[in-house]
Amino acid sequence: MNWEIVMGLEVHAELSTKSKIFCGCTTEFGGEPNTHVCPVCSGMPGTLPRLNRSVVEYALRVGLALDCEITRHCKFDRKNYFYPDLPKAYQVSQLYAPICRDGKLEIETDGTVGKKKTIAIREIHMEEDAGKLVHGKGGTLMDFNRCGVPLLEIVSQPDFSSADEVIAYLEKLRETLLYLDVCDCKMQEGSLRADVNLSVRQAGGELGVRTEMKNLNSFKAIGRAIEYEAARQIKLLEKGGRVVQETRRWDDDEGVSLGMRSKEDAQDYRYFPEPDLLPMEISGEWLVEIRGNLPEPAHMKRERYTRDLGLTGSEASLLTSHKNISAIFEAIAERSGEPTETARLMTGEIMRLVNDTNTLPEDLHIDERKFATLIALVTTEKINRNAYKETIEAVFLHDADPEAYIAEKGLMMVSDDSAITRAVAEVLDANPAAIAEYREGKEKVFGFLMGQVMRKLGGAGNPDIIKKSLKEMLDE
Amino acid sequence: MFDMNAIELSNSIKSKKLSVAEAVGAYINTIKNTDGEYNAFISLAEDDALDRAKTVQAKIDAGEALSPLAGVPIGVKDNISTMGIKTTCASKMLAGYTPVFNATAVDRLEQAGMVVVGKLNMDEFAMGGSTETGAFGPVRNPWDTSRVAGGSSGGSAAAVAAREVPLTLGSDTGGSIRQPCAFCGVTGIKPTYGAVSRYGLVAFASSLDQIGPIGKDIDDCAAMLSIISGQDGRDNTCVIEKPFDLGTAPAHTPAPPNLHNTKIGLPHNYLESGIDDEVKNSILSAAKDFESAGASVEEFDMPLMDYIIPAYYVIACAEASSNLSRYDGLKYGYRSEGAETLSEVYRLSRSEGFGIEVKRRIMLGSFVLSSGYYDAYYKKALQTRALVKDAYSKLFGRFDMLLSPVAPTTAYRLGENVGDPVKMYMGDIYTASVNLAGLPAVSLPCGFDGQGLPIGFQLVGDAFSEEKLVWAAQAYQQITDHHTKKPGDVAASAQKQGGPST
Repeated sequence: MNWEIVMGLEVHAELSTKSKIFCGCTTEFGGEPNTHVCPVCSGMPGTLPRLNRSVVEYALRVGLALDCEITRHCKFDRKNYFYPDLPKAYQVSQLYAPICRDGKLEIETDGTVGKKKTIAIREIHMEEDAGKLVHGKGGTLMDFNRCGVPLLEIVSQPDFSSADEVIAYLEKLRETLLYLDVCDCKMQEGSLRADVNLSVRQAGGELGVRTEMKNLNSFKAIGRAIEYEAARQIKLLEKGGRVVQETRRWDDDEGVSLGMRSKEDAQDYRYFPEPDLLPMEISGEWLVEIRGNLPEPAHMKRERYTRDLGLTGSEASLLTSHKNISAIFEAIAERSGEPTETARLMTGEIMRLVNDTNTLPEDLHIDERKFATLIALVTTEKINRNAYKETIEAVFLHDADPEAYIAEKGLMMVSDDSAITRAVAEVLDANPAAIAEYREGKEKVFGFLMGQVMRKLGGAGNPDIIKKSLKEMLDE
Repeated sequence: MFDMNAIELSNSIKSKKLSVAEAVGAYINTIKNTDGEYNAFISLAEDDALDRAKTVQAKIDAGEALSPLAGVPIGVKDNISTMGIKTTCASKMLAGYTPVFNATAVDRLEQAGMVVVGKLNMDEFAMGGSTETGAFGPVRNPWDTSRVAGGSSGGSAAAVAAREVPLTLGSDTGGSIRQPCAFCGVTGIKPTYGAVSRYGLVAFASSLDQIGPIGKDIDDCAAMLSIISGQDGRDNTCVIEKPFDLGTAPAHTPAPPNLHNTKIGLPHNYLESGIDDEVKNSILSAAKDFESAGASVEEFDMPLMDYIIPAYYVIACAEASSNLSRYDGLKYGYRSEGAETLSEVYRLSRSEGFGIEVKRRIMLGSFVLSSGYYDAYYKKALQTRALVKDAYSKLFGRFDMLLSPVAPTTAYRLGENVGDPVKMYMGDIYTASVNLAGLPAVSLPCGFDGQGLPIGFQLVGDAFSEEKLVWAAQAYQQITDHHTKKPGDVAASAQKQGGPST
């Protein structure tokens, strides 16, 4: 039978505002349990929320970047349920008037540039995170540090039909959030979490019953979980069974999903408008201001890099893989006036060094002035490529000053004809056999002789002049 | 000293006729001597109060102005957070709970030089109209200790009536300041929603609750309201532009009360049925008093009267069911000894920690919010609320203020109504719509019934029209003396005071 998978995504992104959504406590991850708390976020009697304006601003940035309609008269609601990590026994969220609606995100499927699909975003709403339960030998302890950390829930329409599409969407969304500087998107720390709603149906038929999968902590886990759940549902249906609407927890170690609760015993959250917060009016001026300050999104950067700067598609992709990488690229390119050379530097030597040193893209700090100087030296043939490479490493690893380093190591390019001629002559004198081989037509010997001359010149010889001189003397 | 109003007491302190410690000490002694009879207080904060008295005295001696109420001992309803002083909401659930912060209103009063001497009894979580539902026993009405003091701020009103403290804070969700004021013959103000910060007021129904003053007369209440009103970064719903400056001048430099341009509406249908004749007559007599002061009084029919109580209880209980969910036995408050599992901690702690009336309202509120019933009840109630607001705003196109009864009866006997929730709820018929519309009202004594029990009326104004209401109330108290009567010296003259010959 021909089955289709239909999926929708609910993504929770923890916002990287300095303070929590309804109080002044820090949002910093970690910290000793219950040290980032106050009477408000720990739900003491008589306390009231006060809305952190930055949270609204971050939500609007995401909404505008995802082409959403903005709810100008926007409200909060309470979602009521009992759980020990929720000290008020309700979560302040948005059900009736979410801040953003009807947006979209374009993804490139199959990793192919140009093969595009648009995923519709149903809504984005603001809410507060809950605390954390710490299960131990003596029982379960509560840590309220995370209580009140602002979250955006980004809900897509059921537009996905494969795990590849889901992952492409999550990567694109992650890139967007990072570029907007609203979320650090660390799945391991839970600052980006995705729940997958999945159902299967006969091609083109009625929608099937869906399940919701939680506890998906990496892109890899998401891919595996989707495969498992689709296969489970199809097998069930083919055997004449039926899918139960339920929430399932993915166990990545075992590679299985397990039912948590079905719709029958689903909780009634008794949503109602949050009376402690007045409805917000989002002004047109504010939206104009936020829109004006939105950074250039990654896909626009890629287009610009290939179209205006003449970079290759793969260079453009690498350079926009992280906001910090593209920022460094643009800074060096601007300072040096050599975008192509800068792209080569970034995607070549710098990326190699980043990998060798296990540096995270967000932790990469580069002195753009030093690298712009280096680019100027190599493009004006003051140093050759060998010296360039060596100096890049010295600057990257030890923060060396490029000009001082080159002077100290004597790496300024030797273009002096007499010095080169002398070196060539000495090498040829020492290698009569090689000359004979070359003259018999073994061209690759030329490379060996080039290397010998360069070595004699301490690696700083001008390769073009060496080549010319060597050729002349061999052909004599 | 005990017959002075709070402003006079503060003036005596400022002119060194009396020290803060003497005033505070004398009132604390009175409480100790008499409160066994009334049960108005849940806790006394004697040591804290005497410490604070010294601090305030030092400031006064240093010539700091502080406020018209500096040095005055006050009582605070036990649902208003006081740092380091137990705040129980008259519930077993919070019997051992001590806040680590002050309510904004308490902070402001302390900065203005007032001294909190204790916490006042109330209905459990402010749910009730007779101060009989609390975990620490009922308050007895100082005018007749076999009767209720009204509620839910019964302790706040009774303490003032009994001269145990000159001024108190109460809270009003559906009449909880105004009705005990009427039952106890004292004066109170329910401010406009958003005039006083709710930060630190343990929530019953967030969209209806307001903190307000209860005192011997309108001057004291106006002075206290001026201090506690004003925006607060900790309460998003406190939207008043600037604090009230309700002054105290008129009472002390008596000017002839002049209400010539004041148009007062009298809701005819409030007085048609379901109200005691004596109460009705007293209200009509108050209306005449206003006319004699130059105001025009015109009757009208209050729209939507049958819908007020259902809409109010749906909304108040819905919010309460959510607000009281945090009392789950985990982090603070009562936890059942017998609980083994998480669900038992929830179920047993809440079953044992809450009283019957609170449970009734939590169940009602949970029901009206539950899936499938939201539209039929909660949404309808919100629509009704919008209509009520609209009706009031039309009325305030015609009238400056409305004069109406506070309660259909005078104080009833302890235990008389508490078993009949519907009858209890109907007691809010004249007050609850004011909270639904978020409006201000003052509650003033206007006479006594045949048994010598106080009768009160209310003036309801448009949003943030407190100044106008206070002025009218001051005018009324200048031409009447009901507010000067205290338990004991009134019973004998009850007939003369109570039965206007209409």
